[in-house]
Amino acid sequence: MLRAFALLALMALPPLTAPLPAQAEEIVLGLSHDEVAITATFDGSEVLIFGAVKREAPAPDAAPLQVIITLAGPSQPVTVRRKERVVGIWANTDAVDVDAAPSFYAVATSAPLDEVLSATEDLRHSITIPQAIRSVGAPGEVENAKTFTEALIRIRAGSGLYQVLENDVDLEEETLFRGQITLPAALTEGEYAARIFLTRGGEVIDIYETSIAVFKAGLERWLYDTSREQPFFYGLMSLAIAIAAGWLASAAFRVFQR
Amino acid sequence: MQIYLPIAEVSVNAFLLLGLGGIVGILSGMFGVGGGFLMTPLLFFIGIPPAVAVATEANQIVASSFSGVLAHLRRKTVDLRMGTVLLIGGLTGAAVGVVLFNFLKAQGQVDLLVKLCYVVFLGVVGGLMFFESLRAIRRSKTAGGAAPKRRKHGLVHVLPFKMKFRVSGLYISVIPPLLVGLCVGILSAIMGVGGGFIMVPAMIYLLGMPTKVVIGTSLFQIIFVTGFTTMLHATTNFTVDVVLAVLLLIGGVIGAQIGTRIGVKMKAENLRILLALMVLAVCGKLALDLLLTPTELYSLGEGGH
Repeated sequence: MLRAFALLALMALPPLTAPLPAQAEEIVLGLSHDEVAITATFDGSEVLIFGAVKREAPAPDAAPLQVIITLAGPSQPVTVRRKERVVGIWANTDAVDVDAAPSFYAVATSAPLDEVLSATEDLRHSITIPQAIRSVGAPGEVENAKTFTEALIRIRAGSGLYQVLENDVDLEEETLFRGQITLPAALTEGEYAARIFLTRGGEVIDIYETSIAVFKAGLERWLYDTSREQPFFYGLMSLAIAIAAGWLASAAFRVFQR
Repeated sequence: MQIYLPIAEVSVNAFLLLGLGGIVGILSGMFGVGGGFLMTPLLFFIGIPPAVAVATEANQIVASSFSGVLAHLRRKTVDLRMGTVLLIGGLTGAAVGVVLFNFLKAQGQVDLLVKLCYVVFLGVVGGLMFFESLRAIRRSKTAGGAAPKRRKHGLVHVLPFKMKFRVSGLYISVIPPLLVGLCVGILSAIMGVGGGFIMVPAMIYLLGMPTKVVIGTSLFQIIFVTGFTTMLHATTNFTVDVVLAVLLLIGGVIGAQIGTRIGVKMKAENLRILLALMVLAVCGKLALDLLLTPTELYSLGEGGH
């Protein structure tokens, strides 16, 4: 199994300037790995995100500090279809287009989500999965359009593409934290946006954003590019391989029978 | 060992694919069928997207048919003239089929169409073969005499544009072979099969061709139709996965050798009845999927249609 560690190392730097009154606690980030390469033997990958909180004054005694980590794959439009029984056969009938749904989305938190995040802050930063999916509206004739986005989340969660990892971020002494997100084998290429939120009492007090590049590499890269950029050549190549294999089999057969 | 398929964008076990190729290869060697009608549904079951399964299977059939037709060419059991007529119909059909496939894909109905095609054709072919071989077994037990031979003198001799097919010993209109080719071409594009399991009965019963040239001729035209289908899918849908095709090929080629050796040791009627049962089993499984309430009513498709 291939393990690509994206180490988002955070450094607790000593204060150099006078503390800002508004932002008493913040994240500073150093990145040591920011790529996941999909090779022929790719079988999923684990992303380890860890760091620390930089603080200019002693930690306030207010609500405890919490950490939320989100990792989002590139967004694409998705069509969700529902089956209905038509003349005894189950066939797709109604469809709802979702304008943009991330191909992968994980939320990891240091405590249950409702303790960590208020509804208004979720709305503002689109942190939970339903907020991360954008749908402008279903066609008027489709009833219960909401069930379609729920189905989208259910299906993607079933294949490990949407993950809610409550209590999965370890937070020590309100300073050091680490979280781990598992990327499944069936990944889409693109820039994966990682966001780290610090919250107190449900309010977001700092955000750090970075990205991890996920791309096909080696043979996979070449085959995929060729099939898209030179489809005619790719088709001919597939046929040539097939015909060569067929001829080889026939030739081997004759040798074998002699 | 997991292998990431670059076009299907899923990770599957390489040995599973080799094994599937091998098993279908054994069956195809035993029964003299391409095996596409078994392989494509099996690929659906292991989670390959239907569009990729159909396109890639067409590519794999090119290999197995090419291997087969070489043997038939050496034995001179290929009617090239009939093959060419069937091919003209077949290529037209394949083009129509891919257009139809893309249209239905946009409508979200392609899975249903592919599965319905399978249920109908596997059901009809499997059923006919089952009863025909049951009769053959009963006949060989009771009388032991030769089967009554019927010479059909139907539509094929009445229609215009007659042509001589010397290898088949026929002088018939070109319209029925063109139509047979057209239908098989459409099916090949939609179902990802060579269409041998439909073509062979049609050539024997509708066109009245002698059995010994049927398989070679069918294989000859299947190479070109599936080759054309592969090119169409590769250039319009980008759904041919070479890595998947190669893994299936390796298993299939080895399996076919084993299968042929098992096949020669078995009685023809028993072989046919086994094949019929297998065809009916695949048909039954697919039919149940359409009739029973699915556990997940919703499905996801690429957006922006």
